[in-house]
Amino acid sequence: METAKKRMLTGNKAMAEAIAQEMENDKNVFVLGEDIGKYGGIFGSTQGLMEKFGPERVLDTPISETAFIGAAIGAAAEGMRPIAELMFVDFFGVCMDQIYNHMAKIPYMSGGNVRLPMVLMTSVGGGYSDAAQHSQTLYATFAHMPGMKVVAPSTPYDLKGMMTSAIRDDNPVVFMFHKSLQGLGWMDQLDYAVGHVPEESYTVPLDKANVMREGKDVTIVGIQMMTHYAMEAAERLAQDGIEAEVIDLRSLAPIDKDTIINSVKKTHRLVVVDEDYRSYGMTAEIAAIVSEEALYELESPIKRLAIPDVPIPYSHVLEDFVLPGPDKIVETVKQMMDEA
Amino acid sequence: MEFVARHPNLWSKKGGVAVTKFEEKQPSVSVDKLMWMYEQMVKIRYYEDQMVEAYTEGKSPVFNIGEGPVPGEMHLATGQEPAAAGMMVHLTKDDTVTAPHRPHHHAIAKGVDLKKMTAEIFGKESGLGKGKGGHMHLFDPEVKFSCGGIVAAGIPHAVGAAMANKMKGKDWVAVAFIGEGAANAGAFHESLNLAALWNLPLIIVVEDNSYGISVPKTASTSVESNDLRASAYGVAGAYVKDNDPVAMYKASEEAVNRARNGQGPTIIEIETFRFLGHFQGDPELYRDKEEVPGLRARDPIMKLRQQLLDAEHVNEPELEEIETRAKKEVDDAYQFARDSDYPKPEAALDDVFTS
Ligand SMILES: Cc1ncc(C[n+]2csc(CCOP(=O)(O)OP(=O)(O)O)c2C)c(N)n1
Ligand SMILES: [Mg+2]
Repeated sequence: METAKKRMLTGNKAMAEAIAQEMENDKNVFVLGEDIGKYGGIFGSTQGLMEKFGPERVLDTPISETAFIGAAIGAAAEGMRPIAELMFVDFFGVCMDQIYNHMAKIPYMSGGNVRLPMVLMTSVGGGYSDAAQHSQTLYATFAHMPGMKVVAPSTPYDLKGMMTSAIRDDNPVVFMFHKSLQGLGWMDQLDYAVGHVPEESYTVPLDKANVMREGKDVTIVGIQMMTHYAMEAAERLAQDGIEAEVIDLRSLAPIDKDTIINSVKKTHRLVVVDEDYRSYGMTAEIAAIVSEEALYELESPIKRLAIPDVPIPYSHVLEDFVLPGPDKIVETVKQMMDEA
Repeated sequence: MEFVARHPNLWSKKGGVAVTKFEEKQPSVSVDKLMWMYEQMVKIRYYEDQMVEAYTEGKSPVFNIGEGPVPGEMHLATGQEPAAAGMMVHLTKDDTVTAPHRPHHHAIAKGVDLKKMTAEIFGKESGLGKGKGGHMHLFDPEVKFSCGGIVAAGIPHAVGAAMANKMKGKDWVAVAFIGEGAANAGAFHESLNLAALWNLPLIIVVEDNSYGISVPKTASTSVESNDLRASAYGVAGAYVKDNDPVAMYKASEEAVNRARNGQGPTIIEIETFRFLGHFQGDPELYRDKEEVPGLRARDPIMKLRQQLLDAEHVNEPELEEIETRAKKEVDDAYQFARDSDYPKPEAALDDVFTS
């Protein structure tokens, strides 16, 4: 019997491959951003593209985010399919007007007559002492504002498939990739930053959550690193006879309510884990959805784990304290089960 | 040793009068001040060398950015000492300085508490920000110093400080240090227009180390040097070649005098050298292997040292005394940082609002 060896890729190689394949397919696709050319992207998302497609379609930009993200919008309106990289999501502050007042609203304000088929990709996440201006995820900040699809894949397979979908989508897509899940040589080496990725082109939908692990006792919803921490927690809980169902949200907007509600109907308990600020965030949104649509399915109050409404501190002692992790998830679930 | 002064306001007029007056002065160079600069430059260099060591601890054989006593990104200023020393020699603790993500040289020359600064970089409770800020976010209000991790963001803060100085009727100035890459951000252009419009005591020092991370200046900037942009805003401009400490001294003296005398803003661009990677751990595949040795051969510290000796301003033992003193101060600061305690984890919840 022949066992086909599965091809394994890091998160960033999976992304770069999706971009390369779409650039091959469609000459309107091009990439622009800081250090995306020769450097291949600070987080490796554009590695190899400069060599393959040259500086006409892979453009290193000055540190002028308003200008180049605005230019991506203008080019998209002309029928191009730009992919702009905002190096760290934290830098959105210098260019948010282009993003939320223009990229997100022009299609609507034009009554659907102007299409903006563009991708804004950006790195998110902390946990490596990069402090308050380089460690945020800002998931909810973007997801809060209508007019953008906002996705945040957690596995190399999804990074490729969702990037392909994002490029082909006729709407602006904010594509968030987590630094720790890129498989970078200079970061923590995490098993889940490497995974099976088929060579051929494929798509993963931009509006479906993914049940990563089935269970009957509690539903844990996470995204990116928090999904992986939830999986770690679930393994540990299983040793104590607690079967957690883990949902990887993947898409913040639009949000896949059905997958969450169906799971809660089965487990009757919900924990939501987020690497973003707690108030007005993803945990609150999911708690609200479940309260509205499945309140009487719950056997205990919903629990939320998120950053306790402080900027991300530098010192690792402080950062560890504010970031949710497997320990906190295990503890929270156990408490919940005890209370029941 | 000379710097190029560009005439501002050749065509900028307000009521038919040039907005700023430019006077070609020949400032005399004070030996004491040059000695002070030398000491600062030596201190900065040694500080950064020690930081390379401290940063590497816990990160080998496998480099992991999150490990060791100094985790996170680390942008060092080795080779860029003249910009900081040549400007700060003319400032007092009442003048404001804002710095970018590569801030150690500015902080040291501005007189930031070295122990507390180092403790901050080690994430300790005794640090400037109790371990909350880290190397890119150092704040020392005692000497009016701040820095930050968002490119060009410090420029408007310096505009505001300059505005406050003017409102208070003081002759204090505000200096924003940036890299050449930051001169393409909107904040640079908006700030210059505002500062010129309101005739504020603002100086922008552009440190041209040839790169914004991997992107060379030629691929990011539409003009040869940013002092050329001065005329677009009706301010004065000066260009310092070859990372020259004495030329930086002179250009800065003129700019500071101009600002103190109510004659408005100046842009100084200095050609400087980045001896190290953009950040520690940068593979630097984008630059020629020969480049750094070539730059190191033009080391500004060695140059100033030789100039001081040649002019017989000092002798070898006197210089060595300065070097020893500078190094001791740095060693003491690192020792203080290492000996300090980490903050209590719950302290993360404090200081969101000041009390
Ligand atoms: C608004 C913003 N965009 C991008 C970055 C990422 N970034 C950090 S440093 C840097 C290059 C800065 O180049 P330069 O201004 O020349 O300073 P240098 O690093 O050379 O000292 C970039 C692009 C950032 N911190 N902030
Ligand atoms: Mg630079």
